[in-house]
Amino acid sequence: MELFLSALVTGVGLGSMYGLLALGFYVTYAVSSTVNFAQGSTMMLGAVAGFTLGVTWGWPWPAAVAGALALCAAWGVLVELVGVRPFARRGSDLWLMATVALGLILENVVLFTFGKDPRGMPASSLTAEVLRIGGLRISALQLLIPAVGLAIAVALDALSRHTRAGKSMLAIVQNADAARLTGINVRAAVLGAYALSGLFAGVAGLLIAPLFTVSPSMGTLFGIKAFAVAILGGIANPWGVVAAGLIYGAAEALITASLGSIYTQVLAFSLVIVALALRPEGLFGRTAVKKV
Amino acid sequence: MLKTIIAAALVAAAGLAHAAEPIKIGLVAALSGPSAQSGEAITRGLTIAIDEINAKGGVLGRKLELVRRDDESSPPKGVSAARELIYQEKVAAVFGGLDTPVSLAFIPIINKERVPYMGVWAAGTPITRNGAKENYAFRVSAVDIIVDEALLKYAQKKYGSKKPGLILINNPWGESNEKGLRAMAKELGVQLAGVEKFENADVDVTPQLTRLKNAGADSLILVANAAPGAQMMKSRERMGWKVPVVSHWGISGGRFTELAGPSAADAVFVQTYSFFGRQGPAGERVLAALKQKYGVKGPEDVFSPVGLANAYDAMHLLALAMQQAGSTKGPEVRKALHGIDQYAGLIKTYRKPFKPEDQDALRADDYVMVRFDGEKIVPVN
Repeated sequence: MELFLSALVTGVGLGSMYGLLALGFYVTYAVSSTVNFAQGSTMMLGAVAGFTLGVTWGWPWPAAVAGALALCAAWGVLVELVGVRPFARRGSDLWLMATVALGLILENVVLFTFGKDPRGMPASSLTAEVLRIGGLRISALQLLIPAVGLAIAVALDALSRHTRAGKSMLAIVQNADAARLTGINVRAAVLGAYALSGLFAGVAGLLIAPLFTVSPSMGTLFGIKAFAVAILGGIANPWGVVAAGLIYGAAEALITASLGSIYTQVLAFSLVIVALALRPEGLFGRTAVKKV
Repeated sequence: MLKTIIAAALVAAAGLAHAAEPIKIGLVAALSGPSAQSGEAITRGLTIAIDEINAKGGVLGRKLELVRRDDESSPPKGVSAARELIYQEKVAAVFGGLDTPVSLAFIPIINKERVPYMGVWAAGTPITRNGAKENYAFRVSAVDIIVDEALLKYAQKKYGSKKPGLILINNPWGESNEKGLRAMAKELGVQLAGVEKFENADVDVTPQLTRLKNAGADSLILVANAAPGAQMMKSRERMGWKVPVVSHWGISGGRFTELAGPSAADAVFVQTYSFFGRQGPAGERVLAALKQKYGVKGPEDVFSPVGLANAYDAMHLLALAMQQAGSTKGPEVRKALHGIDQYAGLIKTYRKPFKPEDQDALRADDYVMVRFDGEKIVPVN
């Protein structure tokens, strides 16, 4: 019992991070029908930048976190300008390859500057035990991770309903051409979505770093899982994406707890394929009706 | 007249140069990438030994010269590096680096071309026990199967462990140790609490550890490199489980102390040599050379001490064999290596270190158990 509970705590934490990365896919997909396939690399950038600013350069943590997040948002904007817009404008799907390529370039630049050696965040009050239920010990970070994940999802929902920028985004989601005719700046909205997507990935990277090791390759697998989660949740449904993240994280944890982690990848991805075969539109997506 | 003298001098010089042509010694190791430190440590050990030998006039009147190639920890790169060293550079012997898969990949070439191989780090059992009829693979380093025995015995003796649990990385190295540990446990009559595997990318190892705990494990035997090993230590700490950890030396190859945090000191692991404590004459000599040549301040400054110490002793043993063989030809050097009777080295005084049926020079009682004290690696008792 304790085994499954402790696995679930970690699973929900990781799951909310998959959900957060997947929300990054959602925001850009909603307004432009494109995504940054290399979300995992952006997540890695958040962790690496946080480590470099906060540990190597010794900035105070609030400044280091702000700096890392700003960098991730800027990277998101750059990806849109260089890797997506030139292709999407011509109706080409090559942005798919271009974003993957940009992710690889980022990973290699980090490899040369940061080094291949995995680094570790120093122990802090975040990783200290704060709560004990029976034999189960929970650290502040394990509570913080799902809390931040959910808070961001709630904030995104509220902003899109109640602010001007959010309403313009919703308008673009419904019909980009009509939105443009009413004077909404679609280009700016798409850039904003990419910045937001980079920001989400950065938050995920910073939150995972103390639990894991910081290295240039840390984001690859996370990025792939997050994309699976986004598709599983029905990429156009923000709450579906978050829920799919939690379900995926919990499933992963339960597989690891009952069978061991050597089966986790195989079984978890098989489950995704089965789920999509049964519900091609995703667990929470709506079937798109294509009108001719 | 002058021309003739100059020409004669040139010819003589060329002849001399030919007579004194250096004996090339090859090294295939990781000189870049996450294990680059290991390659540098081996280079230092070899260089210090070669300098000592050359200062005394070299081997068979010829100087030794080190030729290094980077394998980037990749087996295909290691194979082409070994080929280049053997066919183009015509090295007299090839030293190997940290990665077992790399050495395993080029051992067939070694045996086919009859060029002695000296393993100074990679501990994979089949490197030296490779089944070749005329085996050219020698090693001055730990051997997995013997390490496995040492780890189990240490857990028994030091911690009174009755039910050790195995926590192993899921790769060929972990597998080779699983085989060794299971066989040794059987031989020693030790009941294992369980065998759990984990991945390099695992964020949380709590489920595996919890299963071992529930199965009654009273010690953990760890086989993994620094980063995943640290993830295991962090999970163990999160569980608040104060179980002793006895580890293979994989955790010493990276930033284990930084990655694992304060719990790094809880892991006791195996080494072949420590520069801490009282040193013999060879230890003093090597430390002095390190200070002079590499600006090393003291034992706490010596990184990857095992690679350095193993390489130093292996180079001296090889030179001794070439001297005794009166040749640098592989088959004769091999025979001479078997014939070495006694040699006072850094790690120990070797007595008949290499036998045709067992070409590993180090045994279980040559290992020292150590742990991290801050950044330093210090012996336990």
